[in-house]
Amino acid sequence: MSVTCTNITKRYFFKTALNNVSLSFEPGHIYALLGPNGSGKSTLMKILSGLTSKDNGEITVDGHPFTYRDKAFIAFAPTEFIFFDYMKIKDVAAYYHDYFKDFDRACFFQMIHEFSLTPDMKVRTLSSGMLAKLKIAATMSRQARLLLLDEPLNGIDLLSREEILRTILSHADSSRAIVISSHMVEELEATVDTAIFMQEGNLVLCSDVETLREKEGMSIVEKYRQIYGTTTMKEAI
Amino acid sequence: MDFKSNVPIYLQVTADLKARILTGEIHPGDKLPSSRELALSYEINPNTAARIYTEMERQGLSYTKRGIGTFVTEDTSVLEYHREQELKRILHAFTSELKSFGYDTDDIPNLLKKYSEKKEVTE
Repeated sequence: MSVTCTNITKRYFFKTALNNVSLSFEPGHIYALLGPNGSGKSTLMKILSGLTSKDNGEITVDGHPFTYRDKAFIAFAPTEFIFFDYMKIKDVAAYYHDYFKDFDRACFFQMIHEFSLTPDMKVRTLSSGMLAKLKIAATMSRQARLLLLDEPLNGIDLLSREEILRTILSHADSSRAIVISSHMVEELEATVDTAIFMQEGNLVLCSDVETLREKEGMSIVEKYRQIYGTTTMKEAI
Repeated sequence: MDFKSNVPIYLQVTADLKARILTGEIHPGDKLPSSRELALSYEINPNTAARIYTEMERQGLSYTKRGIGTFVTEDTSVLEYHREQELKRILHAFTSELKSFGYDTDDIPNLLKKYSEKKEVTE
């Protein structure tokens, strides 16, 4: 499923959250959605998942205009806490199973196991790292064609971040597009193939990361610094 | 594997696989993992992994049997060629670092001799 945004604009009262953003998400690719806070990353994800309306522009899915039917093929993991804390992990599975036709329980329990979680654990008792893993497992167990993961690495320890990235990689395939927004730019370096840089609602650059390294000799982190303008110690000398 | 920031990852993994072949860790004729397995073992993007075998093949290091998989070349002349290239690369890095510290390249044999004598003494 190929999803194309053309000239998407979104305003919240006087603030322009997205300004004429045009982007395409193709199956088989993993995208890093980057930019400082307030650059429009979450707004873009919310529009793509159908949670927020756009003011202007067009979204097409495989060439036809985006409708409510397409929402069934898009999975969104917001940054917020999304589970009921009285549930056990197995209840979360039942809940997702009721809600989403494409939810694959076997895949979910497999992932839960890989994360060293057990079905009888209560959501209330989970650490933030465990909650992040549960969120990834629940979202990625949907056989969705477009996966939108908003800050999946935020506020969790190094080893958990690595586990999450490994899980994302092992569940990536040629039929789905995965979009990861993050401030942990460095850790996405090897995971993604395309980097999208946003700034104050504008799309600054969308580039294949291997091309970036090959043509400009720059990693994602270095490009990030160039775009958002911090000089490194070395340059300062 | 820790990646350098300014070199494409597919080239870094290709170099790593090449080194593993030339040092004898992977043998000529060995079956290499599928590009999906390669992506998981190096923890890299699957599209990057797919480019690695294209690059390996371009350098003559591997070949693909349709529907069976990718194998390390058994052509010894290709391996010999790459071995020589690696030697050149190592020597080049070595001499240019010595040069940058002000050593005369003609003096390298003497430096090496002194170094290995000293090493024998301390051992």
